[in-house]
Amino acid sequence: MLKYILKRLALLIPTLFGVVTIVFFMIALSPGDPARVMLGERATAASIEKLRHELGLDKPLYVQYGLYLQRVVKLDLGKSIKSGQKVSEEIRDHLPATVELAIWAMIFSTTVGIFLGVMSATRKNSWIDFGSMASALVGVSMPVFWLALVFIMIFSVKLDLFPTGGRMNIRYYFTPISGLYVLDGFIVLLKSGDPKVLLSALHHLVLPAIALGTIPLAITARITRSSLLEVLNQDYIKTARSAGIKERRVIYRYALKNALLPIITVVGLQVGMLLAGAILTETVFSWPGIGKWLYHAIEARDYPAVQGGIIFISISFVLINLLVDILYSVVNPKIRLS
Amino acid sequence: MDKDILLSMEDISVSFYTHRGIVKAVRNLNLQIKKGETLALVGESGCGKSVTAHTINQLIPMPPGKIESGKVIFEGRDLLKLDDKEIAALRGKRISMIFQEPMTSLNPVFKIGDQIADVFMAHEDIKKDEAMEKTVKLLELVKIPAPERRIKDYPHQLSGGMRQRVMIAMALASPEPGLLIADEPTTALDVTIQAQILRLIYDLKQDIKMSVLLITHDMGVVAETADRVIVMYAGRKMEEADVYSLFENPSHPYTQGLLNSLPSNEKYSDSTRLEAIKGTIPDLLTIGNECPFENRCPFAMSICRESFPEETKLDDDHSVWCHYVSDQVRTHTRAGSLLPTRGKE
Repeated sequence: MLKYILKRLALLIPTLFGVVTIVFFMIALSPGDPARVMLGERATAASIEKLRHELGLDKPLYVQYGLYLQRVVKLDLGKSIKSGQKVSEEIRDHLPATVELAIWAMIFSTTVGIFLGVMSATRKNSWIDFGSMASALVGVSMPVFWLALVFIMIFSVKLDLFPTGGRMNIRYYFTPISGLYVLDGFIVLLKSGDPKVLLSALHHLVLPAIALGTIPLAITARITRSSLLEVLNQDYIKTARSAGIKERRVIYRYALKNALLPIITVVGLQVGMLLAGAILTETVFSWPGIGKWLYHAIEARDYPAVQGGIIFISISFVLINLLVDILYSVVNPKIRLS
Repeated sequence: MDKDILLSMEDISVSFYTHRGIVKAVRNLNLQIKKGETLALVGESGCGKSVTAHTINQLIPMPPGKIESGKVIFEGRDLLKLDDKEIAALRGKRISMIFQEPMTSLNPVFKIGDQIADVFMAHEDIKKDEAMEKTVKLLELVKIPAPERRIKDYPHQLSGGMRQRVMIAMALASPEPGLLIADEPTTALDVTIQAQILRLIYDLKQDIKMSVLLITHDMGVVAETADRVIVMYAGRKMEEADVYSLFENPSHPYTQGLLNSLPSNEKYSDSTRLEAIKGTIPDLLTIGNECPFENRCPFAMSICRESFPEETKLDDDHSVWCHYVSDQVRTHTRAGSLLPTRGKE
């Protein structure tokens, strides 16, 4: 098991090399000059040239690439051109918001998705089945930024039920401990008995988490349905029924655990994508996470930040998939990791 | 009704409504299983054996399946009139079942001990520990070595024979097993393991005093284990007899064909080819009221195309449904000796 994990971690190196290379050249080859962006429209040619020299942008591309590789190997992602802060520190500051949003979006999409999938599979071809699968199709097809805007329009602007953005009522002062505001709010509640931080954090999470979770929910529901339908045709389900096991138990214990394997794969991939793909949701809801930070970095041609952000997301993606593979062996005893 | 009878099926017809038409899987079947006996249901694939079995514990998928008529009387109650809860309470408790494929019939993601204990807990109000103790005892009963360790195994860690033993244990995980339906329990196993499993079922039946409905296409298995035999063909009962009369005096042309197609030492000495029944089974979609064996039967007469025959009693324990045999019996006073003789053509 340990050997397997180490092997997988070693595989991370070529993966990252590929990611770094692709990211570097894609950004270098895309139009736009960071020096010009930073200095503004009225900068003189001389001052732009000076800044380009300072940033190393005047060197040949392969030299820039070599220098960049050297730094990445030393785990140095460089400094943000825009803020001058270390990229790694900026990632650290923005990560908790993204993680918190991703966790809640996952909780929403996985529980509701699996539930809808089970309902559909056990009532195959009923109106419940058609209804939930049709809405799943709509969910998959909906662009997340549009959905987010519609949510804001209906639930924040028209009905005034939820805030339009942000993570916390700005009037509440508290020092973040974990950076996960729900957790922090809970700690505040335990310490001082005041639930307002916790409630405000949850209140701000509802719309972005649902918006971000809609597409994963739809995918999870569809995978659950097809996977469960296949399992329900297996001989061992007939065995369980013929042994007098109650139908509810047959479905939720005997069948669902078997159906879980493809579901875990899909959910695992989604977690990785949520960390990366929250860019649109975070931007629409002004959620101060990695996604929104990355969006602004791209806008500002902040090369080191963009590169660092993408490398970070890639590493998370690979690590999460490793975690999923380990989870596999827990669910399915037939899979021995070696 | 006879006190000795555990289960009786009366005039059962089952059809499947497919997109191609109505498949008449079982037609007007009557059968009785006595307490403590092994009844074998014999026939080739698609003759309605498994459908008959699944009619008893109501595991026929409906739709497309539909039980068109009949009653299944078990301990004074018509099982077809019970609701889902009542039938589920009987399944695994009084009527259990083992299947053909031990490789796929156990849940791959649960330990076998948990799977068996779960059946105990479904039928009795007991704690997990107690159910586990009972499971270990049961595994001992089905002769699984070192059961305390085996309960922690997953199905894929066991051989086919061991898995079938686990299946049998699971079927017996009840305070009062009544009827065991064994649907081709040995078909997927090695020949040597087959004998062990059959022996085990036989011994358990004696110990626990349950009845067994054995579904098989293997005449050898029938000869070794059954008390009584029903031969089915294309959804119809063709012949019913105690096992001795059937092998001694197979009367239906189909039964004769089945026995003729068995390889035997005697046969191999003068011929290396196996006998086969000519032709194929009729399409159950288009079949009418005729005798379904008519197109393959060497003794077919014009009446065979018109109607399915009535029962002809040859003996107290031996009945046959065949126009030809019925004719023979009518024209001769003593039935036994004048039946169509079995032999080489």
